[in-house]
Amino acid sequence: MSTNNIAIHAESLTKRFGDFTAVDAISFEVKKGEIFGFLGANGAGKTTAMRMLCGLSIPTSGTASVAGFDVYKQTEQIKRNIGYMSQKFSLYEDLTVRENIRFYAGIYGKTDAFIKEKTAFLLQELHLEAEANKLVRSLPLGWKQKLAFSVAIFHEPEIVFLDEPTGGVDPVTRREFWNMIYKAAESGITIFVTTHYMDEAEYCTRVSIMVDGRIDALDTPMQLKKTFGVSSMDEVFLKLARQAKRSGD
Amino acid sequence: MKQFVSFVKKEFHHILRDKRTLFILLGMPIVQILIFGFALTNEVKNSQIAIFDQSNDVATQALRSELNASRYFDVVKDIHSYPEIEAAFKRGTIKLAVVFPENFANDLDHFNTAQVQLIADASDPNVANTLTNYATAIILDYQDRITNSRRLPYTINTEMRMLYNPQLKGAYSFVPGVMAMVLMLVCTLMTAITIVREKELGTMEIMLVSPMQPFKIVVAKAVPYLLLSIVNITSILLLSVFVLDVPVNGSLLLLILESILFTLTCLAFGLLISTKTDSQQTAMFIALTGMFLPTIMLSGFMFPIENMPLPLRVISNIVPAKWYYYIVKEVMIKGLGITAVWKETLILVGMLLFLLVLSIRNFKIRLA
Repeated sequence: MSTNNIAIHAESLTKRFGDFTAVDAISFEVKKGEIFGFLGANGAGKTTAMRMLCGLSIPTSGTASVAGFDVYKQTEQIKRNIGYMSQKFSLYEDLTVRENIRFYAGIYGKTDAFIKEKTAFLLQELHLEAEANKLVRSLPLGWKQKLAFSVAIFHEPEIVFLDEPTGGVDPVTRREFWNMIYKAAESGITIFVTTHYMDEAEYCTRVSIMVDGRIDALDTPMQLKKTFGVSSMDEVFLKLARQAKRSGD
Repeated sequence: MKQFVSFVKKEFHHILRDKRTLFILLGMPIVQILIFGFALTNEVKNSQIAIFDQSNDVATQALRSELNASRYFDVVKDIHSYPEIEAAFKRGTIKLAVVFPENFANDLDHFNTAQVQLIADASDPNVANTLTNYATAIILDYQDRITNSRRLPYTINTEMRMLYNPQLKGAYSFVPGVMAMVLMLVCTLMTAITIVREKELGTMEIMLVSPMQPFKIVVAKAVPYLLLSIVNITSILLLSVFVLDVPVNGSLLLLILESILFTLTCLAFGLLISTKTDSQQTAMFIALTGMFLPTIMLSGFMFPIENMPLPLRVISNIVPAKWYYYIVKEVMIKGLGITAVWKETLILVGMLLFLLVLSIRNFKIRLA
């Protein structure tokens, strides 16, 4: 198995909190440049799994590597090579667009020259030149979301983790957001995304579905629909999620 | 270092952009010093008093003008019956009534003793106490003068000297108190809130996923408030020296270093609160009840600790402000050096280390 084109590799990854097994021996691989959909009902263990991969939480057992670094010993290197965007809106509303970019680039230790050049490029790309010195508070939600994504991949990470990035956004903006995700994937960034929107699951290269801490299905959306003999990802998800014994939160 | 600088810059953006909070943070010490200095004072001046003189002789006339001449009292009313006294108190026009019985001078001359009654409005016991003391002192003073001509066989004269604060100015005790209060408020409350806010916003998560070490995040959060506190210490000291005439008798450097030590202790406490709570409201509540109230009540600034029951005296020992307040008084008012306050300084250092270790441990646990 060549590790060169593997972005994330997990083998029997487990996390227990006391008697409760939040993540139950999950194994999977994510290839470089892939858009990997990480699905599951609330409480299925998605967030816990993601936290382990980001180096925020130490696994109870199993192994995993992210961007070629071990989740037990090399969390520092992992952090340097990933980007993260959470379901909560994560820019500072009382800072300007430019200040937000500067700050996040700054905590990744980027040089002033790099920041300056890339900021100019980014603002042009997002058509935000006129708003560069306005407070983020004054931007519409859709723009904020797009800006947050751009900030998450500003330091050019190998992998970006998106935790329900499109919650509360209108369909048009969601579409535009996914265009950005495609663009990022084309440029070689691996996308690891959780979502509750099944139409978004269709956009992914491959999709995994977690039920009660286990990964019960993992394939391309096309293949999953075929296996379960249904016509949409929505039905695939419902079929699997109905088997869940844990109640969502 | 680059990370650290960008973080501190961001913190300053937050603080400087929130003009209202900044105004409160910098204005509060000034307002408090001025309020304590000019409005809230235990010294009683020009209290309005009434006199019920049933004798109206040489002696009562003399006493009356003595009372009126002192800067504590203004005789505003002459009263002619007891019911009138009560009526005046009820109306609130007087704070003290002086009653001379009939034949006052006569009794004094022939029996060598005479009665005078002081009636005070004790709905405010402190003021009532102070006023009766002042009045008694004036009357005794008069007595001294008239007995001088007829020497008593034995006399003991007490001579009092009020060291360090000869004029008994209230400012000498509240300037250190306000310093403790302001530093506590700015540092504990603001650090706790600012870190918890990042948790609420979800930005803390992003920071923890970034390569920035938690330790650096914490220090970067504290730096702006440390600077703000130094500004506050400076403005309080300038006001107290130039407006309230409270001198810095000891080493200014030592005073500032001790203040920074106390500031750090408060920052560490704010940090500890922030690791334990997830909402700004809870953080604010804990900071206020956990630090602000004890600072006011148990530091010895408002109420003397010596008079408290034993359990409270014991509890007061864990209030950092108590030690800081003591140190400031010794250094600033008495002009003593580090040799006089090294024990208290060590206690503060110990508290600082304890709080730091505890909060850094908690911060890490949250990461696991």
